[in-house]
Amino acid sequence: MSHSSRKKLLLMGRSGSGKSSMRSIIFSNYSAFDTRRLGATIDVEHSHLRFLGNMTLNLWDCGGQDIFMDNYFTNQKDHIFKMVQVLIHVFDVESKSINKDIEIFIKALTNLQKYSPGAKIFVLLHKMDLVQIDKREELFTIMMEKLQKISNPYQFKLIGFPTSIWDESLYKAWSQIVCSLIPNMNLFNNNLLKLNSILESEEIILFEKTTFLVISSTASIQKQETTSEELDPKRFEKISNIIKTYKQSISKLRSNFNNLIIRGSNGTYFYVDVLTDNMFIMIVLKDKTPVDSNSVQQHEELLILENIRSARKWFEKIESTGKIESSANSLQRA
Amino acid sequence: MEATLLPNPKDTNATILLMGLRRGGKSSICKVVFHNMQPLDTLYLESTSKPTTEQFSSLIDLSVMELPGQLNYFEPNYDSERLFSSIGALVYVIDSQDEYLNALTNLSMIIEFAYKVNPKINIEVLIHKIDGLSEDYRIDAQRDIMQRTGDELLDLGLEGVQVSFYLTSIFDHSIYEAFSRIVQKLIPELPSLENMLDNLVQHSSIDKVFLFDVNSKIYVATDSSPVDIQTYEVCAEFIDITIDLDDLYVENESGTRKQNSTSQQKELKSVSHLSNGSILYLKQMIRGLALVALIRNDEVRNSANNTTNTNKINSDFSDDNVDVLESSRTNNQDSSLAIIDYNVNLFKQAMMRMWENSRFINPNEPLERGSSAESHLYVSDSNGAGSGLYKGINNNGSTTQDHFN
Repeated sequence: MSHSSRKKLLLMGRSGSGKSSMRSIIFSNYSAFDTRRLGATIDVEHSHLRFLGNMTLNLWDCGGQDIFMDNYFTNQKDHIFKMVQVLIHVFDVESKSINKDIEIFIKALTNLQKYSPGAKIFVLLHKMDLVQIDKREELFTIMMEKLQKISNPYQFKLIGFPTSIWDESLYKAWSQIVCSLIPNMNLFNNNLLKLNSILESEEIILFEKTTFLVISSTASIQKQETTSEELDPKRFEKISNIIKTYKQSISKLRSNFNNLIIRGSNGTYFYVDVLTDNMFIMIVLKDKTPVDSNSVQQHEELLILENIRSARKWFEKIESTGKIESSANSLQRA
Repeated sequence: MEATLLPNPKDTNATILLMGLRRGGKSSICKVVFHNMQPLDTLYLESTSKPTTEQFSSLIDLSVMELPGQLNYFEPNYDSERLFSSIGALVYVIDSQDEYLNALTNLSMIIEFAYKVNPKINIEVLIHKIDGLSEDYRIDAQRDIMQRTGDELLDLGLEGVQVSFYLTSIFDHSIYEAFSRIVQKLIPELPSLENMLDNLVQHSSIDKVFLFDVNSKIYVATDSSPVDIQTYEVCAEFIDITIDLDDLYVENESGTRKQNSTSQQKELKSVSHLSNGSILYLKQMIRGLALVALIRNDEVRNSANNTTNTNKINSDFSDDNVDVLESSRTNNQDSSLAIIDYNVNLFKQAMMRMWENSRFINPNEPLERGSSAESHLYVSDSNGAGSGLYKGINNNGSTTQDHFN
């Protein structure tokens, strides 16, 4: 494995802000209830996660108590802040001492600028479920403006998300964070569009297998699309959430699922299938011609599964070749 | 759902009456089972002050009536006599974490009164909130409560009354299990339904099949093999997942669409292959019911165990590709799915006829009603008889009929 495919992510924030809960839900299949059992993180907890085959995420979950924090910024600072790709800073919206929170954020930014100036910064305003629904957006914009102003002198561009472990916002945030690390994103997108033109589908979505984070989708590539406006803008996160629940419920039968085909009540067809060792694909089809014959539907199902099967080898190729050039060549040959 | 496709029957609803002392957990049960409320949120429910009713129509129209705990039923101005004479089942909720001696006295008083008014009433006791008790203590509590109730009834001279006990909690699926049993007692067609499901299981290599009420996750009927709580949970969650995904891709203007064209709606169906070879299968039936089946791998793999009909189709398929084990297995699964599709369709038609018939016949004679629906079903089905498999069902159907006569 080449060294460049290892990504170092720092997960920081003050104690009790929900860092370990997030990590457990996204990467360890915890349910939101289970996170109550998590204790305080001592010092730094490292986890190594294989993501999309050739990418390794080194997630440094940094315990947030003041003693540890002081230690990060003094003794361990070159160890912690060297070669960081991503800093994910978590703010508790219910926090009593915002000034202290921001102070730590500034310290982190100072160190990052010194040791890894190319890092991407994500800010999560966590525990949003504790804020009244109509006040959430206002609070979020105020907070983000303030934080952006603070980080301006350090020349970092902030990307912020409001999150909560009780709804799908967590998946949205993490899927964007992880997607920013995938190198050959364009290839995935191109192939996805090709597949879409063959299938004439409503929408195709790619998921990572273990976390079910959205990697890519046809709607997010072609932004000008008109149909997508009518649909629920949060649907990707909801699908991630639903399918992950399904995976957990299936695990009661000591099994995993290979595919899921739903013939919807208003002419929508859903196909969720394994695409590669690390990816799932979901295809949504709208029934355009009203065919009621059962046998025709059955054949169409088989046809689409066959199409997925033949798409498999292209996506496997992209995955196995970590370098962009070689896989681009292989595509041209086709 | 398809419930609106067919008009509602004229006859009166079967009613379930939910009673118990205050803070026993009656409203929480209603909210969790019928409104999909999260169990933790029920902590914030207000105390119920008026009787409330939930309507829901599965195979029969049911309404669940909840009475406030602090009500005194024996006040002369309260028309409890008419109330008790009209209900099908009395569910009494006992808080097992609290002192329950008071509740037991109250229970036996209510039983005495209700039994006098309506001797056909089903009496069900939920020993509730058992999530807080340890495993050993649950059995002790149940035995104690059953013993004391028996003694009380004996003192009142009512030893013939049948009382059923259930251990329940809203934090797991035991409350759904208990309600399923209670609802099943009120459905007069249940024996014939169970027989039909048994036939389906026999001829389609299905491991377990449930007939669910989609909104409440109560199962109206299942085949005669024992209910494994994990299979039930997986099947119930499978409904949720299917419906949730289906709802996501409904366009925003669907509010108007739903009203004008119910006939345009197709029936919901979903199939999922699991990595151990099992298949989860869901198909929408009539009146908000859905059939969910778990099809196990070993049956599909060993085609020797399958019915003769499956064998025939399998051999047709595998002639072409004997060597390719993997593809023959998928073929195998596809063909077995096709057969299941066909059989489930038959089952659905049978259910529709059964339901139509049940509306025209006097509801006072449930047994006769069941058997006449049955005979009608199989006679008219035999017109379309074609396959050997289908004959199998037909034969079994006539034995069912014998059983009824």
